[in-house]
Amino acid sequence: MSEAVVQTGIGASVKRKEDLRFITGTGRYTDDFNVAGQKYAVFLRSPYARARIEDIDVSEAANVRGVCTVLTGQQMAEDGLGDIPCGWLVKQKDGSDMVSAPHPPLAATLVNYVGEPYGLVIADTLAAARQGAEAVLTDFAELDAVVDPAEATGSEQIHEGVSDNLAFDWELGERAATEAALASAAHVTRIDLVNNRLIPNAMEPRAALGSYDPGSGEHTLYTTSQNPHLARLVLSAFVQVAPEHKLRIIAPDVGGGFGSKIFIYAEETAVIWAARRTGMTIKWTADRSEAFLADAHGRDHVTHAELGMNEAGEFVALKVSTTANLGAYLSTFGSSVPTYLYGTLLAGQYRTPNIYVEVQGVYTNTAPVDAYRGAGRPEATYVVERVVEQAARELGRDPAELRRFNMITPDQFPYDTPVALTYDTGDYQVSLDRALAMIDYDGFPARREAAAAAGKRRGLGLSCYIEACGLAPSQLAIQLGAGVGLYESGEIRVNPTGNVTVFTGSHSHGQGHETTFAQIVSDRLGIPFDDVEVVHGDTGRVEFGLGTYGSRSLAVGGSALMGAADKLIAKGTKIAAHMLEADPAAVDFTDGSFVVRDSNQALTFGEVAFAAYVPTNYPTELEPGFSEKAFYDPENFTYPAGTHIAEIEIDEATGVIELVDFVAVDDFGHIINPMIVAGQVHGGLAQGVGQALLEHGIYDEYGQLITGSYMDYCMPRADDLPDFRVDTTVTPCTHNPLGVKGCGEAGAIGSPAAIMNAVADALGEAVAMPATSEKIWRVLQNRRTA
Amino acid sequence: MQISLTVNGHDHTLDVPENTLLVDVIREHLKLTGTHVGCDTSQCGACTVHLDGRGVKSCTVLAAQVDGSNVTTIEGIGSTENLHPMQQAFRDCHALQCGFCTPGMIMSAIDLVENVGVQTNQEVREGLEGNICRCTGYHNIVQAVLQVARAGTDQTQEN
Ligand code: FES
Ligand code: FES
Repeated sequence: MSEAVVQTGIGASVKRKEDLRFITGTGRYTDDFNVAGQKYAVFLRSPYARARIEDIDVSEAANVRGVCTVLTGQQMAEDGLGDIPCGWLVKQKDGSDMVSAPHPPLAATLVNYVGEPYGLVIADTLAAARQGAEAVLTDFAELDAVVDPAEATGSEQIHEGVSDNLAFDWELGERAATEAALASAAHVTRIDLVNNRLIPNAMEPRAALGSYDPGSGEHTLYTTSQNPHLARLVLSAFVQVAPEHKLRIIAPDVGGGFGSKIFIYAEETAVIWAARRTGMTIKWTADRSEAFLADAHGRDHVTHAELGMNEAGEFVALKVSTTANLGAYLSTFGSSVPTYLYGTLLAGQYRTPNIYVEVQGVYTNTAPVDAYRGAGRPEATYVVERVVEQAARELGRDPAELRRFNMITPDQFPYDTPVALTYDTGDYQVSLDRALAMIDYDGFPARREAAAAAGKRRGLGLSCYIEACGLAPSQLAIQLGAGVGLYESGEIRVNPTGNVTVFTGSHSHGQGHETTFAQIVSDRLGIPFDDVEVVHGDTGRVEFGLGTYGSRSLAVGGSALMGAADKLIAKGTKIAAHMLEADPAAVDFTDGSFVVRDSNQALTFGEVAFAAYVPTNYPTELEPGFSEKAFYDPENFTYPAGTHIAEIEIDEATGVIELVDFVAVDDFGHIINPMIVAGQVHGGLAQGVGQALLEHGIYDEYGQLITGSYMDYCMPRADDLPDFRVDTTVTPCTHNPLGVKGCGEAGAIGSPAAIMNAVADALGEAVAMPATSEKIWRVLQNRRTA
Repeated sequence: MQISLTVNGHDHTLDVPENTLLVDVIREHLKLTGTHVGCDTSQCGACTVHLDGRGVKSCTVLAAQVDGSNVTTIEGIGSTENLHPMQQAFRDCHALQCGFCTPGMIMSAIDLVENVGVQTNQEVREGLEGNICRCTGYHNIVQAVLQVARAGTDQTQEN
């Protein structure tokens, strides 16, 4: 292979293509697009957690200078727009369908959370739109709000037809067998956990720029989406904003998503509807306060778990009961996150033979809850790794050794868990050993002693996580209630001069696909990295795609590109064989050339591409042109896994907690770009540290969000975090052509349990996330005064 | 209200409402969209620019205050062909992912190196306290800033 390709091919830490525009300020995010004459929208939002809209008086607002019009949910309903659907229909214990409350994009008669939009003001300037919104007089009749998920089932009914505020009562695994195994277990460890509510906070707030061309009937929506094709499908098929072929959705540079930009939201929907209705080009950009109120939140579980062990310490049964807060409406994937992406992961890395999980998904008068980095898997890991750690302490066993004792061993793959998944491959002990060596596990007692001498309590905590990426396969998921397939598309268009344009249905909002996908294509086709351009995020340019979530892009989208490359090579082989007068079976493709075996005859990729577009000496049975596409539908999930270890110190006097060391050893299968992978791990870890130590989305008893800004919601900042020490081990995925697994979420999945186990180790008792210094000080202070 | 200012070496005279913020002058009037807005409470630093050579959050400065001043934005420190050393370091160290915080982060980082003289890991972390990044976990940003800080001094010290 030529040296140029080796330096930029699979496995090389190639510097990112996209960086040049981002570091020079020439990135193009949705709010950076402007159209002459555009108008500005400001949304009318509910100040109450639950209320009936009695009357909306817009007369004063209409008189504000610069205000063009005020539109309301009532008008949207009159226009016949449909509800925003939930994308996954979960079946309940009794086999019935979950109960999905209607979710109109703009509330017409009832509002169900603070910040829910019920109208919008459109004006010449943003200032005028704001002034107009303030002048709208809405008469609300306030109703009692249901805020606490733990009490939701016994509270007043929020939605008509949804008794007990219960969207679903779901289960997975064998209840009777699990309960019997627990009953006869030598020891049972019981734990109660709260997985704190998080607010995603991608740094770019959501935004939309919608326009309508009456001449062609085309609707164009620039928006901050992780999956523009899915947005187009839902907006046309369900909400019926516009027919699919007349709706173009462009998600240009997107400033982070972490799940929160997957979903179909009210505001983007309303902007394109209003553009059509008014004939105006309309821009909306959320301010941060709106993002706090109206982006889908994450996590928010209350869980009781019981782990049974036999005399030897083997796990014999795990039973988990969870209440998941879904918020006021079922968001796009709101039902699948606390069920299929949670319950299925409860085997963790262990051979536990009996597992049963039941989840009650409840409505509350809070913002909808949906996927946030990890989506169900951090919650599952938190349950498994906290209960296992506590079991070790109760049994007086070394937590690392108890884990190792129960781990699935390499010879046991493929491994069928009792909760529906089949792990294809892994070597969990290797990651555990590497992490223990990196943290110097044996040296911990000395470090603990040294800390104690300095007035600090030092603790160490482990987390051996597993996750499932690249949700699959389509057929099974659709049987289980998914509303869409889970494949991805990839197209490689070779230009006559031999360079290529790659179209992927995945979407990059920080992950660096323009670089890694170019590495794959360059490596496979043996062409220079700089000759590959990657296009994504535009329904007008990319045929179809399902976007980026669940760490799927490389495993699914990358595999689709491999399929397209294989088709190109197959066609190129026939063209080259014809031109070289050889048997196609005797032509090999190596190092970017089609070579007749055992000869010095060869044609470069570029020469074949040119011949395909200027077909003189060309096989009659082949079509001209050199462009291929493929859809890839994975046969299974991929299963990244690893060990994270945290060391923390608590100041005895003040309770101040410091994360002093963090080690992550992850098995992501083969790695395309190690630099980017390490960066993904760092970012995930920071979000996991945020969940464990700093972040908490809190509503008061009236349903007012009291953590609605960066003054109250504690984002991790540079001085809250240590340098992270990360490494990888490799067992290649067995069922995709790249042998890759996915790395985007692991950091956020594994780290909270490791940190909280370290806190429990240091403190001698567990506290709830986030383990703020205040909480810890109270624990220490209570002991001092007790 | 009329104001005159120099932005990235170009002189501008603008007529703006009195409550206009510097960031609006930059983004809306001058269409320099490299400077971003990430919050509404002066907490995130995405809007950081240099005002007469010092880093400021441009969402916290009124246009009226900058009459006669010299403003530098991310577009003014280097180009794709001729990157500023901090831009180069961010790319070398993979100190950005989605890129949204990046312009503000780079402008703050330059301020920290040139005006504060940060040298250690801890100094950089404390210095970047006013800039939020949700993607990178800061690890590589700190490396990038240290790369430039240490290139600017003769001594090479560990963390
Ligand atoms: S936009 Fe200026 S600090 Fe956030
Ligand atoms: S790179 Fe995305 S917020 Fe910093």
